[in-house]
Amino acid sequence: MAEIRNYTINFGPQHPSAHGVLRMVLELDGEVVERADPHIGLLHRGTEKLAETRTWVQSVPYMDRLDYVSMMCNEHAYCMAIERLLGVQVPERAQYIRVMFDEVTRILNHLLNIGTHGLDIGAMTMVLYTFREREDLMDVYEAVSGARMHAAYYRPGGVYRDLPDRMPKYEVNKFRNDKVVRDLNAARDGSLLDFLEDFTNRFPAYCDEYETLLTDNRIWKQRTVGIGVVSPEQALAWGFTGPMLRGSGVAWDLRKKQPYEVYDRMDFDIPIGKNGDCYDRYLCRMEEMRQSNRIIKQCIDWLRKNPGPVITDNHKVAPPSREDMKANMEELIHHFKLFTEGIHVPKGEAYAAIEHPKGEFGVYAVSDGANKPYRLKLRAPGFAHLAAMDDMARGHMIADVVAIIGTMDVVFGEIDR
Amino acid sequence: MSAKLERLSQTLRNVFGETLQSLVLDCGEVTIEVTAADYLKVARTLRDHVDLHFEQLVDISGLDFSTYGNSPWKGKRFASAAHLLSVRHNWRVRLRAFADDDAFPVLDSVCDVWPSANWNEREAFDLYGIMYVGHPDLRRILTDYGFVGHPFRKDFPVSGYVEMRYDPEQGRVVYQPVTIEPRENTPRIVREENYGDVGHG
Repeated sequence: MAEIRNYTINFGPQHPSAHGVLRMVLELDGEVVERADPHIGLLHRGTEKLAETRTWVQSVPYMDRLDYVSMMCNEHAYCMAIERLLGVQVPERAQYIRVMFDEVTRILNHLLNIGTHGLDIGAMTMVLYTFREREDLMDVYEAVSGARMHAAYYRPGGVYRDLPDRMPKYEVNKFRNDKVVRDLNAARDGSLLDFLEDFTNRFPAYCDEYETLLTDNRIWKQRTVGIGVVSPEQALAWGFTGPMLRGSGVAWDLRKKQPYEVYDRMDFDIPIGKNGDCYDRYLCRMEEMRQSNRIIKQCIDWLRKNPGPVITDNHKVAPPSREDMKANMEELIHHFKLFTEGIHVPKGEAYAAIEHPKGEFGVYAVSDGANKPYRLKLRAPGFAHLAAMDDMARGHMIADVVAIIGTMDVVFGEIDR
Repeated sequence: MSAKLERLSQTLRNVFGETLQSLVLDCGEVTIEVTAADYLKVARTLRDHVDLHFEQLVDISGLDFSTYGNSPWKGKRFASAAHLLSVRHNWRVRLRAFADDDAFPVLDSVCDVWPSANWNEREAFDLYGIMYVGHPDLRRILTDYGFVGHPFRKDFPVSGYVEMRYDPEQGRVVYQPVTIEPRENTPRIVREENYGDVGHG
C-alpha cells in the first residue's frame, strides 16, 4: 500500500496573491489545508521604535506608511492620541475635513480590496474598474496635500491647510489630444469640493457597475459563499473588528458606538452580514462604500457653508501663520521652539481608536513629558485578522486560502509595522 | 461619557477590591494595575463577570520603563498593557501588570482567556523579551529568523548591532557589524513643569 504523507508548502512571500510579503507555511493533506502558519515580519521596519527617536510631528509621515492604502486614517488615530494627551480642541471645520477624508480613504481602501480580491480569485476585470475611480480620489489627495498617497495632511490640532480652490488639471501631450484632455478636465474647473461632489454624484453608478460584475457572478459566488465562515463569538474572541466583525453579524462600528470628531452628526447606516463568509464581507464593503459616499456629501454641504480655521490656535501645538511669525516676537519664539524642539506632550498615556477601513486602528501613546513619544504602540486590525488564519483556513482547499487572504484585506505595512 | 466611566471604575473597585494596585482615570480612559501573580485571575474575571464582560482583547503592548522621564527608573522595568473592549457594555479598560524580575521578565499568558492574545504576546516576547507562561507557541514573530536580542528594549540601539549585505566575492548574503554612525538631530528633552509659562504668552 502506498504511503500517504502530508505535504508542506511555502505560500509566498513572492506569491502575487499574498498581498505583499506574507509567507505562509501550509500543511496539506492532498489539497486540504491541515494547518496554516503565517510568518510575518518581512516588512518590519520598527516604526514604533523609530517614532521614539523622532519628535511627535515628525512621526506623522510614518503613519502613512503603515497601512499604505488608507493613509489618512492612520494619521487620524495618531493625531487623536496626541490631542487626547494634550487636551487640545480641534476646530470644527478641521473635524469635518477629517471625517470627509476618512471616508474618501475608506472608499479608496475598499476599492483596492474588492478589485484585488477579484483579481486573486479570477475576476480579472474588477481591478480595472476600481482603479479608475481610485485615480480620481488620489487626485483629491494630491490636491489637498501634494502627494497622491503619503499625504501627511493631518496634524495634531487639526489639518495642515484648508481645502484648495482649484484642482490639478491634465495637460495635452503626445498621448492625449485636446479633446480628450478637455473631457478629462471637465469636472476640474472648480474647487476641490466641486470635484469631490461631482465624484459623489457619479460614484453610486460605479458601485452598480461593480455589483453587476460581481454580486450575482456565478464564479465569484462559488469562490466566496461559505468560505471562511466565522461565527460572531469566534470573531469577537479573535479580536476581529471592522467588516470582518460586521460580516459575522455583529453591529459594531466605532463611528456609531464611540463616535469621534463629528460622526455623531452624520446620517449613515452600518451594514452587517448574516453568514460570516467571504461573500457577506464583500457585500458589507460594497455597502460601506455607498454609505461613505453619503457621509462625504454631508461633509461637502457643511464645508461649503462654514469657513473657519482648520488648525488649533494654540501655538504650543501648531505653528503660527507665516505673517504672524514675521510680525510678532512671541509668535517667532513659538515658531522657533516648535520647529527645533517640537511639541511637548504632558505625562500620561492614551489609546485612541478609529474605525479604520479594515477595522479598529488604535494608537497607544505613552508620554513622559518629552518632545518625543516614550512608547508608541500601533494596534493594526490586520494583525488580529491574520492571527486567525490558521483557524479560518483549516479544512478548506488550498485555493480557498487565497480567497480568505483577500477577504481579510491584509496590508503588510500595518501588520509588520 | 464620564458617568459611564465612573460606573465602570466603581464596578472594578467592587469586583476586585484589594487586588487592584491602582486605578487611574485619565484622558477618558480607565487603567487598572495588578501584580503579576493576580494578572491571569483578573483577566479571567474581566471577561466572565457579567457586569464587566470584556469579551474582546484589542491589543497587548509590551513596555520598558527603564528610561522613563530621562531619569533612572526606580520601579520594575517591564510591563505588559492589555487593552480590553466590551462590546456588550461599550466600554474599554487598560489592564497593566509589571513583571517581577527585570533580568528575566515573566508573566502569565492570557491566551486561554482571549485567543487573540496569541500573536500579541509573541510580539511582546519578540520585542521586549517578556516570557509568557502557558503560551502555546512562544516564537519570534516580527524580527528576522535567527535574530538575537529584543529590539524594542530601551538599551537596544535603533540601528541594531548587525547589518546584512550581499557579498559578491562569497556570492551570498553576509552579516557584519553595523557601519551606521548613530545620530540624533533633535535631542530628547523633558522640560520642567510650567516651562515657558511666563505669564504673558
